[in-house]
Amino acid sequence: MFAKGPSHSTALGPGCAGPPLANPQNFGQAGPGAHEHGSHQPSCGAAPFAVDASMLRSAGSQPHKHTQSPYVTGSSVLGITYAGGVMLASDTLASYGSTKRYKSVQRLVKVNETTVLGAGGEISDLQYILNMLDDLSTEDYCADDGQSLSSQELYSYLSRVMYNRRNKMDPLWNSLLIAGLESGKPFLGSVNMIGVAFSDDHLATGFGSHLARPLFRKKHRPDMSEEEATALIREALEVCYYRDKQSINKFQIAKVTTAGGVSISDAFALPTKWEYQAFVDPTRDAVGVW
Amino acid sequence: MFRNQYDTDVVTWSPQGRIHQVEYAMEAVKQGSTAVALKSNTHVVLATLNRADSELTSSLQKIFKVDDHLGIAASGLISDGRSLCKFMRSECLNHRYVYESAMPVTRLVREVADNAQVCTQRSWKRPYGVGLLVAGHDKSGPRLFYCCPSGNYYEYLAHAIGGRSQAARTYLERKHEEYPDASLDGLIGHALQALDQDFKELDEASLQPYIQALRDAEGGDGGGGADGAAPMES
Repeated sequence: MFAKGPSHSTALGPGCAGPPLANPQNFGQAGPGAHEHGSHQPSCGAAPFAVDASMLRSAGSQPHKHTQSPYVTGSSVLGITYAGGVMLASDTLASYGSTKRYKSVQRLVKVNETTVLGAGGEISDLQYILNMLDDLSTEDYCADDGQSLSSQELYSYLSRVMYNRRNKMDPLWNSLLIAGLESGKPFLGSVNMIGVAFSDDHLATGFGSHLARPLFRKKHRPDMSEEEATALIREALEVCYYRDKQSINKFQIAKVTTAGGVSISDAFALPTKWEYQAFVDPTRDAVGVW
Repeated sequence: MFRNQYDTDVVTWSPQGRIHQVEYAMEAVKQGSTAVALKSNTHVVLATLNRADSELTSSLQKIFKVDDHLGIAASGLISDGRSLCKFMRSECLNHRYVYESAMPVTRLVREVADNAQVCTQRSWKRPYGVGLLVAGHDKSGPRLFYCCPSGNYYEYLAHAIGGRSQAARTYLERKHEEYPDASLDGLIGHALQALDQDFKELDEASLQPYIQALRDAEGGDGGGGADGAAPMES
């Protein structure tokens, strides 16, 4: 049996670091009575209700702290499906409050051969999530049976993780988009920090859900070509960049296609135009503002 | 089996390099009644001989549904089989809860085998006394495994375990080339024939159409019979 990583604490459920069992019992090494017959602990996930409250406290006398606000954050992630694939796009900024602190942070990540993850929100929580997904991929690799988790399975896993953590009153402060191919068909799903999960042909997180999705609703078709899809997502990125102060003109696009698998572009900038009247005279329609 | 000084627990080697307790456990599998399994390119079939021990009792249930895509047939200590079945159901259910999908057969079989292995390496435990034929289908197609008390597991095209299973295995080996392309009814026919070659014990009314079809095709290529069974019907 493989050592279970932090993603599968059977005491605390998916997404919680902790010992494998609420009452740590070495599997046989310690002595008799360790493995109670009939009380099998599942190897994946956990009994959702078997939470041992004593495990919620961290070691030592320090009180356990919950995330009450994010510190270093990423902004919107956009995603659309098209004929033969699915693409995600985001900028590469990680802000510290409203300071544009880290400008080359990759927020689109390849999870396996059929799945990419795009994340906004707390960057350290994203890194934690990526560690857990790494553990899952390692398990797939070690099993060596040619099977790996599909994008839909990863989407389901992440929604369980996020919901489980919010039930611990200690959420992972992220909005996630999961894009991939599910038995040859494009799949796009979103999971947020409280575990709300849904999938659609086009999605966006954060400010993008207000700025990009109206554009997608108007112009997106599931049977778009890759060129059309790229043009649409670049247009949406441009709009997000104009109106979202927490963004920079440095973007990446990730694609999962039936033809070529996962690819993530190098960072690029978009041509911008600031001569629009509304930009030149921002108070034009705002009566009473000076 | 002879009693000897090296067979009182599972962690003591005999000078011949054997763990007698494990071998006894494998013997226990042979004490059970026959269980047969075989697969085609599209289906896997499990079959057991359900003979009542006396006129006054019912027979034991030896085929268990684990999940919608997976079932097991047990031979040996059926109570151990039920306990393992409970474990497997819980694993499958948890996989469904976390990933919203069916657990791959290979992964489940490995978990079961790892469980059985632990029992061969702890002084206060005893090995499971049951052999399991695990049949299921997943993204990789239909799969058939045999899990043995030693913690080994093997993948099979067709296999038979339990008492007097040698005859069944001989039959299965003789006909194995027909299985990949066989229909579901064809597989069921082969399973019945492997279980009881002269049909002395199979008198269940529901089996009669299959047996009749086999008799009709006597000496031919088996197969063909009653209406198809639903998925995971036992």
